[in-house]
Amino acid sequence: MAASQVVRGTFAPGKAVVSAVLALIALVLMLAPLVIYPVFVMQALCFALFACAFNLLLGYAGLLSFGHAMFLGSAGYICAHGVKEWGLEPLAAVLIGAGAAAAIGLFAGVLAVRRQGIYFAMITVAFSQMIYFYCLQAQFTHGEDGITNAQPGKLLGIVNLSDSTNMYYFVVAGTVFGFWMIYRTVNSPFGDVLKAIRENEPRAISLGYRVDQYKLAAFVISAALAGLAGGLKALVAQNASLTDVSFSTSGEVVLMTLLGGMGTLSGPVVGAFLIVFMKFFLSGLGQWVTVIQGLIFVICVLLFPRGIVGGLERLAKWSL
Amino acid sequence: MLLHSTITSQQLFGQLLVGLINGSFYALLSLGLAVIFGMLGIVNFAHGALYMLGAYVALFLLRELSLSYWVALVVGPLVVGTVGALLQRTLLRRLAGLDPLYGLLLTFGVALVIQGAFENFFGASGSPYPIPVQLSGAQNLGFMILPNYRLWVISFSLAVCLSTWLVVEKTKLGAYLRAATENPALVQAFGINVPRMIMLTYAFGAALAALGGVLAAPIYQVRPGMGAELVSVVFAVVVIGGMGSILGSIITGFALGLIEGITKVFYPEASSTVVFVIMAGVLLLKPAGLFGKTA
Repeated sequence: MAASQVVRGTFAPGKAVVSAVLALIALVLMLAPLVIYPVFVMQALCFALFACAFNLLLGYAGLLSFGHAMFLGSAGYICAHGVKEWGLEPLAAVLIGAGAAAAIGLFAGVLAVRRQGIYFAMITVAFSQMIYFYCLQAQFTHGEDGITNAQPGKLLGIVNLSDSTNMYYFVVAGTVFGFWMIYRTVNSPFGDVLKAIRENEPRAISLGYRVDQYKLAAFVISAALAGLAGGLKALVAQNASLTDVSFSTSGEVVLMTLLGGMGTLSGPVVGAFLIVFMKFFLSGLGQWVTVIQGLIFVICVLLFPRGIVGGLERLAKWSL
Repeated sequence: MLLHSTITSQQLFGQLLVGLINGSFYALLSLGLAVIFGMLGIVNFAHGALYMLGAYVALFLLRELSLSYWVALVVGPLVVGTVGALLQRTLLRRLAGLDPLYGLLLTFGVALVIQGAFENFFGASGSPYPIPVQLSGAQNLGFMILPNYRLWVISFSLAVCLSTWLVVEKTKLGAYLRAATENPALVQAFGINVPRMIMLTYAFGAALAALGGVLAAPIYQVRPGMGAELVSVVFAVVVIGGMGSILGSIITGFALGLIEGITKVFYPEASSTVVFVIMAGVLLLKPAGLFGKTA
């Protein structure tokens, strides 16, 4: 996709700059709850991880999944069910949720990687709709009501996550772990093969790479990390609902990534914060939010297909 | 499961009829998607919104202008076709030469705008649309009661689908269209206005969706969300059939509607997911789709 053209003209910033930026981000994350409503930051962080996981597929492997909500939502359900009905320790519940999302990703991925481009997108739409209908009918999801009042309990039996400060640092740790996983994946030999597939799939095949297996691996990693985001989000909200598994959430994560800049590391984070921020402050406008999101889609595609960070990269000639 | 063994023929044929009705809409919508895909190479994510728009045009004509269903059947597709032509001309055309995924994203955005706006104006709840008097009543076939309007929907949409197939496969216009799909530059060199043809193709696909919407109005409630719910099933239908063939998408549409109906009789819990399960099976055995040529 076009995002790839950006990368070629850029070079990575020096180590000192990277360390400085990371330290600054860490400082901001530590101090943010003093200034901003912590629930807002936690929500935004979960969506940011979700968008980064999605971007691992779209931006680095060139696969557009239009059904990523199935991983976010089902992991959320399982995590919420785990802490509420099984009395699971919250970290275990989050990990089981992410594992379940990875399993769904394996099943959907095996079938979806058999087709490319727009077919891939349509197949993921269809599978996520299947999961949606399942969640609508299943007993443990409580249909339209969702799982409510899922108290997170004590982390490792010690730290009480019902305390919002503890929860905040737990979510920060969880999402930072997720970002780190994505960073390592993208900057590994595996990530290079993914980029090669994105740029020129026939060439990658001719070089002897089993393209489908690489795509499947990327799909499962992406699903697991989206599940991690979903589990954390369910703990933050103390509930799991149909919204998280719905088509509109799948569309939202595409929007976040497109707005921030696909194929950039930090773009989806920027996009996620902007969209969550917008929904938070415009919640009084009702369905006009949908219209605004649609307009952002249209404007981004027509005028800024590189997104915000992609555009900045081009100006600064730095890989952000 | 004693209950399942005592299915009356009334129930069975009733659900088969519902299946055929759904199949009519699957066929009309997947046909439009296939036509647009063939010419523009994009998946039209706005298809559900255009279908919904067709139903609302019918509702508007009836309530505000007291114009009948029969007028709506002509005006609905015309209005939505014009909307489609404008959309293609002003927005989609700018994406020529880019990755087709951008077309998908753009049409998705357009769908959000249309659907969100309608939810603002009309709320999420539905409005009823009366069955036209000429088609009210029903036929008693002995083994089942067949409402006239449902018979009309099935036969009319079948007729529309088959005539589309005839036009594309058997007429000179269709030959131009197929040629322009294969090699637009060459067809352009022969003096045919390919950009206009692309615009009209998108308009035609949009008009087919709107026709589906007008036909659906008296059966389902007219709601802003009516298209969005249908379109994910239609995508599965398109993946199963493969978008390469027009006749293929018509057959797949009707067949999957029927299968859904049968499932509703014998295993109702699975009726909303059976199409997706079939899609998974088809992807395993024949990844290009039942009627698709290449993967």
